[in-house]
Amino acid sequence: MIQCLSQPWPWYIAGVLIGLTVPALLLLGNKIFGISSNLRHICAACIPAGIPFFKYNWKRELWNLFFVGGVFIGGIIASTVLADNSPMVIGESTQTALGQMGVRDFSGLMPSDLFDTAYILSLKGFFFTVVGGLLVGFGTRYAGGCTSGHAISGLASLQWPSLVATICFMAGGFIGTWVLLPLILKIV
Amino acid sequence: MSGVKTTDARLRPDACEASNNQDLPESLSGNLKYTLIGVVFGIVFVKAEIVSWFRIQEMFRLDSFHMYGVIGTAVVTGALSVFLIRFFKVKTIQGEEVVFPKKTFNRGQIYGGLLFGLGWAITGACPGPLFAQIGAGYLAILVTLISAVAGTWLYGYFRDKLPH
Repeated sequence: MIQCLSQPWPWYIAGVLIGLTVPALLLLGNKIFGISSNLRHICAACIPAGIPFFKYNWKRELWNLFFVGGVFIGGIIASTVLADNSPMVIGESTQTALGQMGVRDFSGLMPSDLFDTAYILSLKGFFFTVVGGLLVGFGTRYAGGCTSGHAISGLASLQWPSLVATICFMAGGFIGTWVLLPLILKIV
Repeated sequence: MSGVKTTDARLRPDACEASNNQDLPESLSGNLKYTLIGVVFGIVFVKAEIVSWFRIQEMFRLDSFHMYGVIGTAVVTGALSVFLIRFFKVKTIQGEEVVFPKKTFNRGQIYGGLLFGLGWAITGACPGPLFAQIGAGYLAILVTLISAVAGTWLYGYFRDKLPH
């Protein structure tokens, strides 16, 4: 059992399980699936600073923080009990392109060439964690949701503003990959 | 309770996009069931390598079908479930009517969407995967998470001055 679960899961199993999160949250407690809202709840709970956007009953939304707490625990379980030591298979042209830009260690989930804790205080860490994180936090709230809120639960309930947002996520991602990433890797 | 609620951030500054629409309050043990769903979700994230920076790169380089398959299947599964819930008027386990808040368009979805996309490509993470990556032992991502909270705070601070 454990051995079977330890192998990398195919996309169709993952897709179905993620999709089922939408009805599970709806039927268990009338909750809408959307993870980026947690970042707002953390602001509202810890650093509201009198900003109207953070003045709401965040305690009512605590369920979502319980949810991401679970995601964190799931990450621990998947990488320990269910760990799989076979190397990840990464597309050849992606490997070549990244290799030319200096990303050469393809062993883990995250490239150690960019996200090793040793780089936290360097220019590299600044771009990949600090600037990247700011874009994720600012962008998702400006857009009113992220991949879960717009691309999955928004599209699943056929809401066209979510389609606009999803198209923009993808467009930003393509620009980020083809323009911004090579630029940053040249600087750092 | 009405079936449609406005979540337009301009009209309802207190509105939460991923809202709790349950009339009954949640107890601590009630909230733990969301942790359980989160655990399954986090395991899927890591085991299907959705939280991998490399898989995100492959997606944006059109080098692999994997991520498109995951997101596509998730949307179809979600849409089918929503359709069934609406069609059969399925109630929540507390017997309440399921609420689908309506999303209203504003230009933030374009500007914010593009900015998030840039961040997605750089960090290889959406807000959900951040938590799974930290759980999987990538401690530098704690900085990304703190920074994402800071980004959300900055949006709240400058919100009135931004085009929507």
